[in-house]
Amino acid sequence: MTETRGATFRRMQGRGLVLPGNDIDTDRIIPARFLRSITFTGLGDQVFRDERFNSDGTKRHHPFNDERFRGAEILVVNNNFGCGSSREHAPQALHRFGIKAIIGVSFAEIFAGNCTSIGLVTATLKEPEVVELQRRIEEDPTVVLTIDLETLTLSFAGKTEPLTMNPAARSALLEGTWDTLEQLLRNEDEIDQVHRRLPAFSTLA
Amino acid sequence: MGRTLFTKVWDAHRVAALSVTRDQLFIALHLVHEVTSPQAFQALRERGLAVKYPQRTIATVDHIVPTLQQQIRPYDDSLAEEMLQALETNTREFGVRFLGLGSDHQGIVHIIGPENGLTQPGMTIACGDSHTSTHGALGAIAFGIGTSQVRDVLATQTLALERLKVRRIDVVGQRSPGVYAKDIVLRIIGTLGVKGGIGYAYEYGGPAIEDLSMEERMTVCNMSIEGGARIGYVNPDQTTFDYLRGRPFVPTGEAFDRAVHAWRDMASDTDAVYDDRVTIAIEGMAPQVTWGINPGQVVGIDQPLPQPDELPAEEREGALQAYRHMGFEPGRKLLGEPVDVAFIGSCTNGRLSDFRAAAEVLRGRRVAAGVRALAVPGSRRVKRQAEQEGLDRVFHDAGFAWREPGCSLCLAMNPDKLAGRQLCASSSNRNFIGRQGAPHGRTLLMSPAMVAAAAVSGSVADVRDFLRGERHD
Repeated sequence: MTETRGATFRRMQGRGLVLPGNDIDTDRIIPARFLRSITFTGLGDQVFRDERFNSDGTKRHHPFNDERFRGAEILVVNNNFGCGSSREHAPQALHRFGIKAIIGVSFAEIFAGNCTSIGLVTATLKEPEVVELQRRIEEDPTVVLTIDLETLTLSFAGKTEPLTMNPAARSALLEGTWDTLEQLLRNEDEIDQVHRRLPAFSTLA
Repeated sequence: MGRTLFTKVWDAHRVAALSVTRDQLFIALHLVHEVTSPQAFQALRERGLAVKYPQRTIATVDHIVPTLQQQIRPYDDSLAEEMLQALETNTREFGVRFLGLGSDHQGIVHIIGPENGLTQPGMTIACGDSHTSTHGALGAIAFGIGTSQVRDVLATQTLALERLKVRRIDVVGQRSPGVYAKDIVLRIIGTLGVKGGIGYAYEYGGPAIEDLSMEERMTVCNMSIEGGARIGYVNPDQTTFDYLRGRPFVPTGEAFDRAVHAWRDMASDTDAVYDDRVTIAIEGMAPQVTWGINPGQVVGIDQPLPQPDELPAEEREGALQAYRHMGFEPGRKLLGEPVDVAFIGSCTNGRLSDFRAAAEVLRGRRVAAGVRALAVPGSRRVKRQAEQEGLDRVFHDAGFAWREPGCSLCLAMNPDKLAGRQLCASSSNRNFIGRQGAPHGRTLLMSPAMVAAAAVSGSVADVRDFLRGERHD
């Protein structure tokens, strides 16, 4: 997002929001009907819409409706989070809801890339550690989590766990180059060289 | 040491190293549609940037278009209308070629690329849609991207990306009648898992893949993303070159021969080294059908649904959730399960060969009472060709609605949606909860011929019974 362009991330602190389950896809994070818009505005209200609300608009039991987790900034998920559609609307919706980092066992690739390009941290822990973290947060939602990108660690309740993170995403966040456009624009001559070198296969060239 | 197609294409398009792990990669072809591009064009406007190579950028409209009265504007859905208008304005203002509703080439973005010869071997292709992997069928490195990356490609024709590992998947064995490309890819995903491909490009090969037509290869590559792989591809061969010859954007005459020579060189070397290799055997395999809420929850049509406690530990919870959502019971079979809706179309199975295969089942038969059946061609060209062959009559006479091209009931961003807890036999790519437009709607993924068999049976059926001529509904 433009308002945080170029920001660097070293350490962040926040409370955790536990969202259990494997293979949570981007259709669930933000249902397709909310993609019928030419902006990302307002997506934060619709995150997990069909799981959080009944058709009459009344709230259902869901971690994102759970008062204990209100204001939490670090989402803790399980395996293959964000699989499915490439819609950037999914990380946008989470981010606009207030999520600043996601810790999980694994992430779908396009989703993780989309997170990085809007400055949203995705980091992984081994499965038993994620399950233990989720248990601790459920037990005490006020526990403060600290993500340190320099040391690549997660600290909470006196414990420190090593985090794993895509090295490119990590350095982009540390250096404030996660918004890739500025970096890509710098190599204009090299881009033109590749363009000229590529075979003119088609009437496109 | 031999190199893979992936490596050759990557190296040929590499602009610069951005960091130890990240390259700047030139994108030979950028495909744009209405859903993931408006915010990207707006970002260009805000920064005062132009589209770097408009001639390498092609736009169409597919997700939000209605499949009835498609040409009548403005649309009843004001949000859809606003998106289409945004794309019209953006393509005009930024000088991008728009294959819109007034064009003979409009259709689902992953159908029109190959059929117009825009997609060619050895290219890098990006599009703000996860099923961009489809184009790999022609030996391209093609991947889905998010909207910030759409912005990056528009502004620079490049992306910041990390190299993937390459897993070679050899598919061996003769497929049985009634078994299609969709069954093969569902079997691959069922075997390797929905996250098995994370970090990998999938290179599909082996005799069963080489035997597939180009359109069938597209179905396989299309669903690579459902197995967690961002990219899937097949090495270009004679089937590829024969398919490309004579298509609108493909060079002709001597230039075509030169192109074939270059395309052939892009294929993986016979001694190429892979990060991983697996073999999938399809001998004797039955048609496949999903029973759950992700494409890896799949069984042969003659198999009982799995018992959760017999599944690997990490799949159990997902299986229980799937059974809760779908309302099925472990141990039973899906055969005979009543369906409410039948859908043939989407970027997975909306090509001419798909409608031909379904028509073979439908000819002389009728859709069962109470089943809503939709046939939605993937493009204007598919629609026109199908009509030239008289397939529209077959669908119409059987009781299918024959519609205008678009994504339709695959993800239901247009008026085609499930209602309530309807069960849909679908040729599309995702059985995710709510995917077809109803929070409680249920999707069974299968081949178009299996969808046709379900439509006439009124329930999940085994298409082999129809092809053998044993059933006369």
